[in-house]
Amino acid sequence: MSPRRAHNGGRIDRSTTLRFTFDGTAMTGHAGDTLASALLANGISLIGRSFKYHRPRGVFSAGIDEPNALVTVIKGNLREPNVPATQIELYDGLTVESQNRFPSLAFDIGAANGLAGNLFAAGFYYKTFMGPVAGPLKGTRFWMFCEHFIRRAAGLGRAGHEPDTDRYEKMYGFCDVLVVGSGPAGLTAARDAAADGKKVFLAEQEPELGGTLRWKSAAIDGRPADDWVASTLAELAALPNVTLLPRTTVWGYYDDNALGALERVCDHKAHAAIGEPRHRHWTIRAKDVVLATGAFERPIVFPGNDRPGIMLASAAARYATEYGVLPGERIAIFANNDSAYEAALSLKDAGAEIAVIIDVRAGVSVAARELAREAGGELLLGYAVTNTSGARRLREIEVQPFADGKIREGGTRAFVVDCLAVSGGWSPAIHLASQAGHAPQWDEALQAFLPPAPTQRWTGAGAFTGAFSTAAALGDDIAVNEPEIEYDPAPVFEIRPSGRKSAKAFVDLQHDVTASDIRLAHREGFRSVEHLKRYTTLGMATDQGKSSNVPGLAIMAAARGLPISQVGTTRFRPPFSGVSLGALAADRHGHFKPERLTPMHDWHVARGAKMYAAGLWHRPMIYGTGGETVEQAYVREARAVRETVGIVDVSTLGKIAVQGPDAAEFLDRVYTNMFSTLPVNKARYGLMLREEGIAFDDGTTWRLGEHDFLMTTTTANAGKVMQHLEYYLDCVWPELRVHVTSVTDQWAGAAVAGPNARHVLESCVDGTRVDNDALPFMGIVRGEIGGAPVTICRLSFSGELAYEVYCGAGHGQHVWDALMAAGRTFEIVPYGLEALGTLRIEKGHVTGAEIDGRTSPRDLYLDWMLSKKKPYVGSAMVDREGLLAADRIRLVGIVALDDRPLNGGAHIVERLGEEPRGSIGHITAFCFSPALGKYIALAIVKGGKARHGQRAYVSDPVRNRFGPVEIVSHHFFDPEGSRMHG
Amino acid sequence: MAEYSFLSLLRNALSGNEDWKPAWRKPDPRPSYDVIVIGGGGHGLSTAYYLAKEHGITNVAVLEKGYLGSGNVGRNTTIVRSNYLLPDNIRFYEHSMKLWENLSHDLNYNVMFSQRGVLNLAHTPAQMDEHARRGNAMRHEGGDAVLLGREEVARMVPGLDMSASARFPVLGGLLQPRAGTARHDAVAWGYARGADRRGVDILENCEVTGFLREGERVVGVTTTRGEIRAKKVAVAVAGSTGRVMKLAGIDNLPIESHVLQAFVSESLKPLINQVVTFGGGHLYVSQSDKGGLVFGGDLDGYNTYAQRGNLPLVEEVMSELLAMFPNLARVRLLRSWGGVMDMSMDGSPIITPGPLPGMFLNCGWCYGGFKATPASGWCFAHTIARGEAHPLNAAFTLDRFARGILIDEKGQGATPKWH
Amino acid sequence: MLIACPYCGPRDLSEFTYQGDANRTRPNPMSNDQSAWNAYVYERVNTAGDHREFWQHSGGCRAHLVVIRSTLTHEIKSVAFARETAK
Repeated sequence: MSPRRAHNGGRIDRSTTLRFTFDGTAMTGHAGDTLASALLANGISLIGRSFKYHRPRGVFSAGIDEPNALVTVIKGNLREPNVPATQIELYDGLTVESQNRFPSLAFDIGAANGLAGNLFAAGFYYKTFMGPVAGPLKGTRFWMFCEHFIRRAAGLGRAGHEPDTDRYEKMYGFCDVLVVGSGPAGLTAARDAAADGKKVFLAEQEPELGGTLRWKSAAIDGRPADDWVASTLAELAALPNVTLLPRTTVWGYYDDNALGALERVCDHKAHAAIGEPRHRHWTIRAKDVVLATGAFERPIVFPGNDRPGIMLASAAARYATEYGVLPGERIAIFANNDSAYEAALSLKDAGAEIAVIIDVRAGVSVAARELAREAGGELLLGYAVTNTSGARRLREIEVQPFADGKIREGGTRAFVVDCLAVSGGWSPAIHLASQAGHAPQWDEALQAFLPPAPTQRWTGAGAFTGAFSTAAALGDDIAVNEPEIEYDPAPVFEIRPSGRKSAKAFVDLQHDVTASDIRLAHREGFRSVEHLKRYTTLGMATDQGKSSNVPGLAIMAAARGLPISQVGTTRFRPPFSGVSLGALAADRHGHFKPERLTPMHDWHVARGAKMYAAGLWHRPMIYGTGGETVEQAYVREARAVRETVGIVDVSTLGKIAVQGPDAAEFLDRVYTNMFSTLPVNKARYGLMLREEGIAFDDGTTWRLGEHDFLMTTTTANAGKVMQHLEYYLDCVWPELRVHVTSVTDQWAGAAVAGPNARHVLESCVDGTRVDNDALPFMGIVRGEIGGAPVTICRLSFSGELAYEVYCGAGHGQHVWDALMAAGRTFEIVPYGLEALGTLRIEKGHVTGAEIDGRTSPRDLYLDWMLSKKKPYVGSAMVDREGLLAADRIRLVGIVALDDRPLNGGAHIVERLGEEPRGSIGHITAFCFSPALGKYIALAIVKGGKARHGQRAYVSDPVRNRFGPVEIVSHHFFDPEGSRMHG
Repeated sequence: MAEYSFLSLLRNALSGNEDWKPAWRKPDPRPSYDVIVIGGGGHGLSTAYYLAKEHGITNVAVLEKGYLGSGNVGRNTTIVRSNYLLPDNIRFYEHSMKLWENLSHDLNYNVMFSQRGVLNLAHTPAQMDEHARRGNAMRHEGGDAVLLGREEVARMVPGLDMSASARFPVLGGLLQPRAGTARHDAVAWGYARGADRRGVDILENCEVTGFLREGERVVGVTTTRGEIRAKKVAVAVAGSTGRVMKLAGIDNLPIESHVLQAFVSESLKPLINQVVTFGGGHLYVSQSDKGGLVFGGDLDGYNTYAQRGNLPLVEEVMSELLAMFPNLARVRLLRSWGGVMDMSMDGSPIITPGPLPGMFLNCGWCYGGFKATPASGWCFAHTIARGEAHPLNAAFTLDRFARGILIDEKGQGATPKWH
Repeated sequence: MLIACPYCGPRDLSEFTYQGDANRTRPNPMSNDQSAWNAYVYERVNTAGDHREFWQHSGGCRAHLVVIRSTLTHEIKSVAFARETAK
């Protein structure tokens, strides 16, 4: 006996045959099948292996709550592990593999773990594997040796190493009402809201809308339920204010009614259409939410309850009714409530034989008796299943009389069946409500947790609220004809035969958490629900305990002698069910941070520049000319600047327009030095501190007019400085009439530096003189280059005669070309960041490597910039004792005495020993100095200036570079600045 | 109580596991103790353990408002490392690392500390230099650090995006081989059992509602389980520091409470062996022994005591993860949760006597609390027992802010969300 | 979270940057009262409840806002321009 396709019935399209393979075996199914129904139709009942004991497992549910039947879907070279077979829509060519088995699903040597089940009880790993306290396996070694094997045995499916080539998409949705779930309650809520003119989203995780009406027998308004569903859907689909979202799981309920939802756009297709994403992630902002998420059936826990062929009663009914599949030919029903009797009738109607209905209750409702009579088979009231047998699928069950919560010995009977359909009652799917609210409330009558009081704008409908009948879901206005059964279950969660050693009774099927594991947790003091979960891993598997949560709590409550209401439940957290990481990252996947390119970027690349990532920007590092090393290139470039003229792209510098009547006053407050005294058309170097008196950023600020300044910042800090200024203007000094605007992207900039810089400008600038009188050091002029308006400031980072030329970003390349053309006579050389760094190191100018958020202005010997005439941001705290301490690390220069390259991040020590010890500081930047002909560096060293002239050592153990250095002044080259003033 | 061992496991297995005893007692509060430790998380429990073990002070109660280990000790991404930059931090976390390396033996409880290595990726030459600076700083304090090149990283971590078109090309990384992961809950339970075995009372569901004072001096607490007096009252409540200290009338501490989200994927066969961190943003990922990928990123970035975050950060974290590992798009997120972090103003902790007489304060752990658990308890126990800090926590004072002796590991200043 | 920017209207959290505690008052810039500066720069009330705080609409109009928001539930009680309400 095995499951098989029913001769007729179901909503599948029997005229369409789809081919698929399972573990390499070719099979067929029909359109409308899930993988689970198709496997059952092919007589396959062994589908997976459990996590710990590798027990054979089959289909347990028909939905998202499936713990057992997990497979890996293979598409080309991509693998998607751990997909419940119940969630996979069959398509032609579907390829799946079973998982967590070796060498094969039918014969898995991991099953040997089951023989030592008592050894592997909950928490066993905390008590062993510590290994010896001494010897070669001391410390963590023995554990890590064991762990290697544990890791290989654990895990479920195998993910691939290939990059996922599918596209994922992100969507924002805004609606008046989001209805979650499209069963009778959801459809009614959507229809009502739509009729009120509301903009409605209706999200359904299954491919077809209709919920339980797709497989439950009920007549609505005097017609079959599916007629009613079809006409309601047609009505909704025709409305412009309704969006239907099938295959869309609402998984997270975040603040202010923002909900995350995953739409599986083409998992059910062999190939995506052009432009179609695999998944679409929705952020839905809903004014109101209707939670019509239904309920999950839960099992009863009993010995041997995990064999393939044992499944939820509603699932069995659904396979028969929706998919036209008989989960068995001879079926037993085991229940503590009436709903399974409906399932029994559905199974009988589909062609199965109902062998027996076993109910723990002594008496059942008239409706249930009537259903049992119609379904046929024996009705055993006051009985329970106490054991099962069958190797890889169910063959026989044993039942015994049951009363007052206990098995009564004797009277054991056996039934040969190939399917056992179990119902232990229903748990409303309150997950989203719990994410968005308080603790769920236990209901004694329903023996279930009901949704908490909302803290956000949602209402509940249907089974979600604990009203499980179709009539209740549809409301009073719609006539429903369905059996009037009792959903209230008897409070029986576990069948526990006493006296003899019984088979394992599983609570969490996927993680192999047994009822005795829960009692062990209790015995060892892990009694709170959170300890229970964490100690036994109950409910932490991929199904997230949808069917195991309540039975597990009930068993713990019984062990503690407390009602379930006092034991409580763990809080539900997002996601409601697994969400693909690809969908959450969506189109940002792989490039979530924008790349910033200067207007001259293409030119740099065309000239062979090796580009360097500086934050989001790309900047030329060196312009390689055939066969040069990096060092040869930057030395050539830097030497050209010192000897003739060079040009560098400085467009990346942060640029902020600071404008308004109080702009000068504002700058006086945010810079340590004075700006109100700066004449128009002059620039000044400025230093900013944080309030703590720590250096924050530096740059030049140009006074373009009385109330008009252009501030430049370092490339790295442009955004932070902008936010810093805005904060002070908005929050601290709202009285200042100043406006700041980021203009970084509006201006292109080029610095022209070297003894011939002025000649270059003279030969291309129109409309202004650039000689020393017209354009003195730190002066500003405006003119044109090649017809494009430019602003030129004479300032120098390199220590040479130098000019920064700014123009509109759109003119950047044009002006750059004109400067290059004008420089040809002087053999102008474009230079990159390495040469720029070399020039500034020779001059001892600081940048981000030294202004690293920990250094004070004194550490950098910039105390000359601290105005005594006015307060500024940082002035009150810059003199704290910690910032004046003698042992602070301060800026120095370093010269390698062994003529070998130094490294950024190398440390400085007073002496070299066996082991690296006694760091007194570190190198922030290094270069080969063409001006000095030596390897030099800037460093931050304890004591700073006091060490000038001392011998020390570079100690760079991570790069194995050690050697003698001399500590010198950081002003290596032209300390008087005669060259730039010339 | 019986020692845990393979033999005891075997013996109990044969008797159906019916004879195991509770891992720790559930005593009723006594009227007074020598020391009360408020906070039954990792730090509070390890403090109690080391008070008993190192200082012979066993008349100790640990007060926990909920269930033991309900805070950040069970909500983190389980990473243990000591790859810090600043000497005060390196020394402290190195001490912690040494305690970790013997912790399972010490506690007779397998905390599953697995030294699988923490690898910080670098994507720019400047980042390589920063990593070198830090690695060298560690090496100069006796720690372990290895700077890896691109090829070595590629061999070590298959699946990383090493393509030419990667937005954040991997240039190399800094590896701390001795770093790794531990089973977070086991740390709380192991310390609880260890402290209990030495006589410490662990009082769960015992929420502090106020402090008993004699003048300035703190002489005990009122709780939901009655009044309890003590010679010394120590506070180790991490994210709840603001709330608890307010009960003592202290409402201005250099602490902000922020939420940090953490994420776990479904179980997979071994895929990522190390803890790997991303340099193009802020992300750390490892794989648990059960097979789930465990990862996290930045704080949500606003003050909160709610143990839950919001969606934009979730999307940011996933984007960073996939920028590193583009093969993970088909893997599913299984769980997420939030922990409340006690973010300090320089990113470094506070372990100090005071601020009131009779009181001791341990807080400011930012992201770093889990790996600090052993050393935090060890140093705090010393501080409580001796009335003054051990050299290892001498720098972690409360007055360092006013004095300007900051331990600003990230150089971000008094903006806690950036630490 | 949804913050109702007085200029732009209600916008998602992702458009905003948190700018910290708005309960603090910057001391007189001429003051050398170190305890006042220490309180301003380093100390926080860290309220468990309604918290007065700055947010910048950095992905929008860039105005700083004073928001009163519960740190227990994230419920936003009020939003105003910082320029108009800053202390």
